[in-house]
Amino acid sequence: MKFEGTKDYIATEDLRIAVNASISLERPLLVKGEPGTGKTVLAEEIARALDMPILTWHIKSTTKAQQGLYEYDAITRLRDSQLGDEKVKDVKNYIKKGKLWEAFESEKRPILLIDEIDKADIEFPNDLLQELDRMEFYVYETGETIAAEKRPVVIITSNNEKELPDAFLRRCFFHYISFPDNDTMQKIVDVHYPDIKSKLVSESLKVFYELREIPGLKKKPSTSELLDWLKLLMNEDITPEMLREKNSNNIIPPLHGALLKNEQDVHLFERLAFLARREDNQN
Amino acid sequence: MFINFFQELKQANIPVTLREYLTLIEALSADIPQRKVEDFYYLSRSTLVKDEKNLDKFDRVFGNVFKGLENIEELETAEIPEEWLQLLNEKYLTEEEKKQIESMGGWEKLMEELKKRLEEQEKRHEGGSKWIGTAGTSPYGAEGYNPEGVRIGQKNNRNFKAVKVWDKREFKNLDDDIEIGIRNIKLALRRLRKFAREGAADTLDLPGTIKNTADKGYLDISLVPERRNKVKVLLFFDIGGSMDPHVKLCEELFSAARTEFKNMENFYFHNCLYEYVWKDNRRRHAERLNTWDILHKYSSDYKIIFVGDASMSPYEITYSGGSVEHWNEEPGGLWLERISDIYSNVIWLNPVEEKHWEFTPSTQIINQILSGRMFPLTLDGIDNAMRELSMKK
Repeated sequence: MKFEGTKDYIATEDLRIAVNASISLERPLLVKGEPGTGKTVLAEEIARALDMPILTWHIKSTTKAQQGLYEYDAITRLRDSQLGDEKVKDVKNYIKKGKLWEAFESEKRPILLIDEIDKADIEFPNDLLQELDRMEFYVYETGETIAAEKRPVVIITSNNEKELPDAFLRRCFFHYISFPDNDTMQKIVDVHYPDIKSKLVSESLKVFYELREIPGLKKKPSTSELLDWLKLLMNEDITPEMLREKNSNNIIPPLHGALLKNEQDVHLFERLAFLARREDNQN
Repeated sequence: MFINFFQELKQANIPVTLREYLTLIEALSADIPQRKVEDFYYLSRSTLVKDEKNLDKFDRVFGNVFKGLENIEELETAEIPEEWLQLLNEKYLTEEEKKQIESMGGWEKLMEELKKRLEEQEKRHEGGSKWIGTAGTSPYGAEGYNPEGVRIGQKNNRNFKAVKVWDKREFKNLDDDIEIGIRNIKLALRRLRKFAREGAADTLDLPGTIKNTADKGYLDISLVPERRNKVKVLLFFDIGGSMDPHVKLCEELFSAARTEFKNMENFYFHNCLYEYVWKDNRRRHAERLNTWDILHKYSSDYKIIFVGDASMSPYEITYSGGSVEHWNEEPGGLWLERISDIYSNVIWLNPVEEKHWEFTPSTQIINQILSGRMFPLTLDGIDNAMRELSMKK
């Protein structure tokens, strides 16, 4: 089983090594990187490339580690007991399986995506240490032990909002998706929009990287924003010439709303563009 | 096998543990890297480094330990693509000139010469300037071509020399201890959380309900108040004058604090705390608040944060009438002492780098008054400051 990237996803050499190491050594892979560089998509693409089922566990600030294992629905049982329901006698009826349980039970080796683990409480990763390490847990209510039949491939993404505990990190492989360079970016665009005019791409990439170079932007545009922008450009039939031309009525690139998502950034950019033009005129 | 490498990483302060080293060995014995140096580099990076800020340190150690390794296999040699030189030729030479070359020994020979020159230059300039000027030494010159000289952009020519991946040090800018932003500040401020259940009981207490129901034999619902962050903060900002260069940093701190602390009041002062502060900087002379009123109004469980560069003349702290703006009846230092008498959790955040503190007497005086509770306005500093603030005294 080897991951080589897919026709829709460009995986760099270092990413491939990290993924393959984590698949064959059966350890979780922790993926970090700027927002919009394809962390979540990675898990889906691995699943597609290797033909494995995927289970996604989205983490929110209220998520508890226990919810990934199972939940005991005490309220329903309480209600049923007052109604004299037969179900009440078996506690199993009130145990709801979590994503980890589902992954452990899967017949085919699955991929378990734990998405944005940093959103949860600071203790969350610690609570999952044993479960991810041994791939088994104990259900107190029924007294059974759930162990994984086939150890799932665990992909964990983080946006760096919280630091993860050392004990947790030690058990993972780590990969930082760095921002793609010009060549890789060209490949990514080709994969997503094969029929886009190459001139338009190179012009827009130029505009895009210039934008990213601007110091002091609150949110730098990322890959997913570039792809959105290109889609818009294609829809509106913007020509490469229109991107290149710089006259006084259109200082900022067309449809910039797809790239800059913060009005302060737009102002900053307008101001810089204005200054740059004034210098040009003076020279 | 790579114990030396492991030790070097440890010495470079990268938090590596035995467990991670064993994982690396395990991965090696599972034949994951396909006997390529790059693969080994990627694998060891993924196993041993768990934080992107350490990636650059790792690259440096790797480059050091495995120096000379790249010579084992000649990956790529310096080469200049033929067509690229051809392109140059078409761009700059007229038909006549081309003929001239032919007569002087032929194109091939000339190109070879140029190649040699370029390679030599590349070696000499390693890691140096981006551009190779061939103006002075260009063989073209002797032949009478291109008197202005050709500038060759190295940046666009990827085949020039194989740069080892770890030598590129792509992650250089991630290893930065003072990288600070609103989100990071928020995270640091989060240390100062004190959850408490207070106020109206309006959320269901599930464990309590179950327990009561079991005890009493009928459904008995119990409620508890919601959990809220109870920490209360007074924020004093030094404004104007020498603080102007730090405005952006202070804005970030302020906006982070605003969202993080629900019970927060902020005030402005200039240079040092005196008998007046103000809430709106535009109306600082019209709407002044008496500092005594503030000390009386806010109870002693408030946490006090000063933000200022503490750079002023020592007289402004120690003497009556020392203030630069007005006649102050009591010295600023006395006000600071009053504050630290009333409130047990007081800290001062200073946007000036810590290493410069010792050269400013006023900084030292204030630090002394606050018994050393001055912290630099960096992530680390805020972190430590919040730890100090959350201590119970």
